[in-house]
Amino acid sequence: MPLFLDDAQTMLADTVRPFIAEHAPVRHLRSLRDGNDPTGFSRELWRSFAEMGLPGLAVDEADGGLGLGAVEAGIVLEEVGRNLTPSPFLSTAVGAVAALKGSAPALRERWLPGIAAGEVVAALAVDESPRHRPERTALAAERSGNGFRLTGRKRFVAHGHVADVLIVAARTAGAPGQTEGITLFAMERATPGLAATPERLADASLASRLQFDGVELDADAVIGEVDGGWPVLSRLLGAVRTGASAELLGVAAGAMGLTVDYLKTRRQFGHAIGSFQALQHRAAHLYAELEVARAAVLKAQQLLDANDPEAIRGTHVAKAFTGLAATLAVQEGVQMHGGMGMTDEYDVGLYMKRGRVLAEMFGDADYHADQLARLSGY
Amino acid sequence: MNVASAPIDLFALETRAWLEANCPEPMRLPLRHEGDVVWGGRNARLDPAQRLWLDRMAERGWTVPDWPIEYGGGGLSPAETKMVRAEMARLGCRSPLNSFGISMLGPALLKYGTEAQKREHLPPIARGEIRWCQGYSEPGAGSDLASLQTSARDDGDHLIVNGQKIWTSYADKADWIFCLVRTSREAKQGGISFVLFNMASPGVTTKPILLISGSSPFCETFFDDVRVLKSNLVGGLNKGWEVAKYLLGHEREMISGMGLGTGGQKSVAAVALEAFGVEPDGRLDDPVLRARIALFEVRAAGFRAMSERFMDEFKAGRAHPAQPSMMKYYGTELNKQRHELMMAAGGSDALAWDSEASHGGAAARAWLRTKGNSIEGGTSEVQLNIIAKRILDLPGA
Repeated sequence: MPLFLDDAQTMLADTVRPFIAEHAPVRHLRSLRDGNDPTGFSRELWRSFAEMGLPGLAVDEADGGLGLGAVEAGIVLEEVGRNLTPSPFLSTAVGAVAALKGSAPALRERWLPGIAAGEVVAALAVDESPRHRPERTALAAERSGNGFRLTGRKRFVAHGHVADVLIVAARTAGAPGQTEGITLFAMERATPGLAATPERLADASLASRLQFDGVELDADAVIGEVDGGWPVLSRLLGAVRTGASAELLGVAAGAMGLTVDYLKTRRQFGHAIGSFQALQHRAAHLYAELEVARAAVLKAQQLLDANDPEAIRGTHVAKAFTGLAATLAVQEGVQMHGGMGMTDEYDVGLYMKRGRVLAEMFGDADYHADQLARLSGY
Repeated sequence: MNVASAPIDLFALETRAWLEANCPEPMRLPLRHEGDVVWGGRNARLDPAQRLWLDRMAERGWTVPDWPIEYGGGGLSPAETKMVRAEMARLGCRSPLNSFGISMLGPALLKYGTEAQKREHLPPIARGEIRWCQGYSEPGAGSDLASLQTSARDDGDHLIVNGQKIWTSYADKADWIFCLVRTSREAKQGGISFVLFNMASPGVTTKPILLISGSSPFCETFFDDVRVLKSNLVGGLNKGWEVAKYLLGHEREMISGMGLGTGGQKSVAAVALEAFGVEPDGRLDDPVLRARIALFEVRAAGFRAMSERFMDEFKAGRAHPAQPSMMKYYGTELNKQRHELMMAAGGSDALAWDSEASHGGAAARAWLRTKGNSIEGGTSEVQLNIIAKRILDLPGA
């Protein structure tokens, strides 16, 4: 399979790009932010995503979706990134779908058709500490009657205060640090004992702290095997890390696009500043980094879609690379915009903030580089 | 496996079986030093395994899998060529033949050569019989290549070539040269012609240049009334610049391949593990170096994906014509980083210069050699200029 988009994927990109640019450009983010919007995204926009079938892109056709894969989800996420669109697409259409795919029929029927129809929004409750360390999951799920009782905390849960369904990683056996003994649950957010407290982040998005005080769940909320949730969590994380990489690529490309335009229009010393070699070389270097990042992301997506065991490495590479490349893109963007880059009025600073949040989400470049080193035996 | 992919999977299986049966065992061992690379040519000295491997692959057309069969190639599609390379990498097969004929002149002749030129020159390249060198740079024409002054005077059926080239890789070992000469002073780029001639011609002399690595891969090359048949002009009189630029794209792509770190080299991590050992938790006994290697490997893996993407896009005619400049820039800067890390990973072992255990100072010499990667074939700075102007469309000063 060649490492570029095929015809159908190109058609999807040609449809999604103008759609998101028209309905959710950066001023859409600004209006939600400036109105102190309590939801974190526009439900009306999510309905129009649903009219195009986007939330169900990766849901199997039997469950009401389009049966597409990581490449197609990445096409949407790149545009979400390019336009800084607040959207539950990553947690819902990528993360929850990856977790629920292949789960028991009752769970699939309970959630997937609703996700595909745009009626169900999902949030992913994975992180418990400021750094992403999924194997250190400590939130306790103890046997209780026919099911489980959950006690503990989660944090950095995007859309956690408004989601209909939460995918929760909990510990049913073993100790934090062990991958065995983790169990994944799909639960309604509106369950007694759960409190979600949203927090505004630097990029104006809302992420929640979740407090579980003896939350009672039936056994049929378990995704996959009890104590054997790590493979499901890995599938979820593989999907969202690759998805976040695609979104980062969009953020980076958006910042670079603004910057190259600025270099062509801003004049000093009687010339467009983009005619100065000092800036040309920095822009050209940034171009090279983003081209390589794009290849790394598409490679990871194709490996995931082919169920190739190398997808694990590919995902670590993609998330680490895009974290580094997007960080470079936004820093160069602000610097080359000069004083204007420091103003709230110019968009490039918004790219810097979104890039920082996405670079951290589901593991930063250091985390993924270290995972690669471990896989390679050093 | 779906039906559409079945034929190509079958091809992969057949390829694997053939390689397993035909690639001699020594040709599956990692390259130890520069001397293990087979360049071919009239004066090549191949050991029996190298000879057998080259002949078997050439017989099948797989020294140049994607060239047409009539010119000594394998006639394979881009997908099949990718498959052959992947299967060779899987088995650790060395490349049977590396040459500037394959990586540079061949593609240029396929595009710009006459039918007679293709039939004369391509099959000997594919079989490793004729080794080519590149006469581009001159003492006064480096980054500003089009200012070259080596002249070719009209003399009936012939051109008479006079002048000097520099940085001519392996000129002292090559059989023929593809050379840029000035056939008109009316225009800078429009006065350049692209000619082919035999290095054994009267009037050609070469003088190796000793480099910081202690070896002499480059030469100064002098031409004193060298007679060249006009039938050896490629692309037409005064029309050599277009051929030269097209060939440079292939040269840049070839040099960028050094950034891949494949071809059987040991990884940085493997070198470090040998030299440093591991901590009780099984991790490399130097956390800072470990982190530097890990971040480097992220970049290297990204670039491997980029290389695959570029080749796929190039074969499909989708690559930006200036994209080889990006590949060359990124791949060579990456390769320099790799060898800096190799030196750190090897510790004092990597400093050896001529011992047998160090394969004649292979690590240190390779490290020094890579410093030229971002200079030869157009400096990194020239590549960045090209990206800025031709891809980003930034204005001139």
